[in-house]
Amino acid sequence: MTTKTGSTKFNKDLFRLDVRAYSMIIAIIAIWAFFAIMDDSFLTARNFSNLFVQMSVTSILAIGMVLVLVAGQVDLSVGSLVGLTGGIAGILHVWYGWDTVPVVIVTILLGALIGLIQGWWVAYRAVPAFIVTLGGMMIFRGALQGVTKSETIAPLKESFKALGQGFILPFMGYIVAGVAIVLAGIFLLRQRQSRMKFGFSVSPAWVTGVIWLGISALILIVVSVMNAYQGIPIPFMVVIFLAILFTFIAKKTVFGRQVYAIGGNSEAAVLSGINVKRKIMLIFVLCNTLAAVAGLILTARVNAATVGAGTMYELDAIAACVIGGTSLMGGVGTIPGAMIGALVMASLDNGMSILNIDSFWQLIVKGSILVFAVWFDIYSRSKAKHS
Amino acid sequence: MTVALEMKQITKEFPGVKALDRVTFQVEKGEIHALCGENGAGKSTLMKVLSGVYPYGSYEGSIEIEGMEQTFRSIKDAEKAGVAIIYQELALVKEMSVTENLFLGKEHAKFGVIDALRQHQETAYWLEQVGLSNIHPETVTGTLGIGQQQLVEIAKALSKDAKILILDEPTAALTEKEVEILLDILRKFRERGVSCIYISHKLNEVFSISDSVTILRDGKTIATKSIDEVSEDQVISLMVGRELKDRFPREESTPGDVVLELANYSVTDRKNPNKKIIRDVSFQLRKGEIVGIAGLMGSGRTELAMSLFGALEGRVTGSIKIEGKPVTIKQPEHAIAHGIALVTEDRKRTGLVLERSIQDNITLPSLKQVSSWSGIDSSKEVSQAMSYFQKLGVKATSLETVVGTLSGGNQQKVVLGKWLMTKPKVLILDEPTRGVDVGAKYEIYQIMNELVREGVSILMISSELPEVLGMSHRIVVMAEGTITAEWKAEDATQERIMTAATGGNQT
Repeated sequence: MTTKTGSTKFNKDLFRLDVRAYSMIIAIIAIWAFFAIMDDSFLTARNFSNLFVQMSVTSILAIGMVLVLVAGQVDLSVGSLVGLTGGIAGILHVWYGWDTVPVVIVTILLGALIGLIQGWWVAYRAVPAFIVTLGGMMIFRGALQGVTKSETIAPLKESFKALGQGFILPFMGYIVAGVAIVLAGIFLLRQRQSRMKFGFSVSPAWVTGVIWLGISALILIVVSVMNAYQGIPIPFMVVIFLAILFTFIAKKTVFGRQVYAIGGNSEAAVLSGINVKRKIMLIFVLCNTLAAVAGLILTARVNAATVGAGTMYELDAIAACVIGGTSLMGGVGTIPGAMIGALVMASLDNGMSILNIDSFWQLIVKGSILVFAVWFDIYSRSKAKHS
Repeated sequence: MTVALEMKQITKEFPGVKALDRVTFQVEKGEIHALCGENGAGKSTLMKVLSGVYPYGSYEGSIEIEGMEQTFRSIKDAEKAGVAIIYQELALVKEMSVTENLFLGKEHAKFGVIDALRQHQETAYWLEQVGLSNIHPETVTGTLGIGQQQLVEIAKALSKDAKILILDEPTAALTEKEVEILLDILRKFRERGVSCIYISHKLNEVFSISDSVTILRDGKTIATKSIDEVSEDQVISLMVGRELKDRFPREESTPGDVVLELANYSVTDRKNPNKKIIRDVSFQLRKGEIVGIAGLMGSGRTELAMSLFGALEGRVTGSIKIEGKPVTIKQPEHAIAHGIALVTEDRKRTGLVLERSIQDNITLPSLKQVSSWSGIDSSKEVSQAMSYFQKLGVKATSLETVVGTLSGGNQQKVVLGKWLMTKPKVLILDEPTRGVDVGAKYEIYQIMNELVREGVSILMISSELPEVLGMSHRIVVMAEGTITAEWKAEDATQERIMTAATGGNQT
């Protein structure tokens, strides 16, 4: 009897998809449909390839930002950090002639080190994250101007450019798809076996099969659309990889669960034996490491490191998280949500550019969407509470 | 006697639930009327109807105040008619002065400029009325004690010309002395014709102050009685709808070996290293016994618990031994590793992550138990959480239910489940039944019994003397940071405990 009540509940939860996730997906489809009707060139393989490349930097920043926001913190420095890490990568690569691989490694380590410093100030010196990272925002931008002497650093070698502009060859793309499909199958199977081991009822094998087929179809569709142009863009691959990795960290690791607890109630977290300070420092390390990755990709994509690179990107990242359901109060938020948020924003940018809408309108529309999305969330939640 | 308030045939429905079902409630002018019922019985809903939180039209039935039919559309309307409510959680702005709080939203002002002098004088008057004449009206509210803040809250209500004062668990955070002051003030206002609706789980208070009592159960009025006609036990059985044979189901047990031993344990104040918060505490806890710690607020009981759990800063001297081995505990992490668990006194603030699920809360300190190299095994996690969920009888639809939506008793069971999963040897309970209704209290006592049978040792801090006397095998009294008395349960009495707690001569 014990397991029976447990399993039915568990089962229902398995299929319960967030209303919010549905509404976000519907919003994306609506946005795409609108632009597709307005202009033929929106719904093409080439444009989707562009769209995924365009969203990559914001997406990577948003992945780190979700953790920071969920822990009840904020990081305003990531935009400047994208600029600084990109600039230093450019200097090492162009001025000092370093190879791509060492440049990438050093840049990422630099991001981690800066995260360690910022996190230390927040966690162990108890300076509010808003202040520490606001300071960081100015310091990193200033440092960027200093080290680059406000010059644009270009051009990059092919191997570096590939990080932002490269594609995975179509046949390799299909191999990647095949591996992903196999891994998804193994994952579903393992989950099923684990449920059976603990005596939970499992859905019939064919249901699992259908879910697996659905996932496989989605992977194949995305890959073949990308292959119809030039293959999967490398920045997009990086985004997918990081999104899966960090979703795993957030949902499946002790650390991830503790981050949510810290944001939900830090006192209760302390009294549950969680070393809150250390975790907060680690969150900043992760967030700023990702900012360095974003800095590399941005530099590679525009084939230059510039003084203005990354300006205001922190706000784009925060907006993507918030549109995707992350609460600025902490404790709530998901990485897939933030990815959808980033996709919404990138789709608006991309679509409006295709329609030749002035860039000032793009800002106005994005700003309005942000406010509207949050209002809609609050409204639907308060309705759910009353019913 | 004239009728101050009459609520007739009040029915309030939420989708799927009838929270109130033709409730009738009548309060005389100048009486203190207690409203009793378990959590979820409809007390709060009824008071929200009365105070205009649920506007006219959202419920059925009628409200009359002094014979006049009322149709409140907002809290403001209700205040105008003389209904003032004081919530369980204080609604004062802690950073503002007492005066500013008193006049918040109804400032005396001309062209937007506040008439500070007039507000100051009126505040002084109202503070005197509630026995706080020694408090300066410009004192920052947050610097006052909780008891004083409660009185400020009452002064605020009275300054609105309240005829009917609703107090929802007003003494939950007060010391015995503050409770006495509060009750005296309520008696004083009763003589002036103010009616009071008094909601409390503490029946001894209800009996010491009320003139009559109305009992709600499952959204229905069960009975209204004059307080002289009923006994505490009768009220309880009316509340729970069945006879409760024994409020404190203590089971005798033969204590085993010493599990926890403190010797000359002292802790200094974090801010003032010359002051000791805990002074020379020496004490033993044996396997399978419940030791009750009695004492007044501020006697160092909570601090002792926090310190044992590694959650109190300050320099420690003396020793802690667990099962004979000396240990140092600097962080809650260490305490958990040594088999100590702490259920804190304020579960909402320090015990639970309210917006997360029951499961997430239960497994939070024990996540490592259910993870491997490949992360958290969710099936293992669910099955573990489920076993505590069921063992403790948490009433909720599923493990995914958000903890913040549960009643106090069920929240407390989740906290207990969370700590039981760490498999503690020593379970410290700080006010385990605070804000928990009678039925759930009994269940918590039974859980304690079961744990003792399994060999867990329990250290129970409680401000409710009947609970300390009823559940402990041994009783320790603390005052001013140290232990002032210790008895076997059968040798202790309320009087002896109070004497020891107030630093009097113990015999």
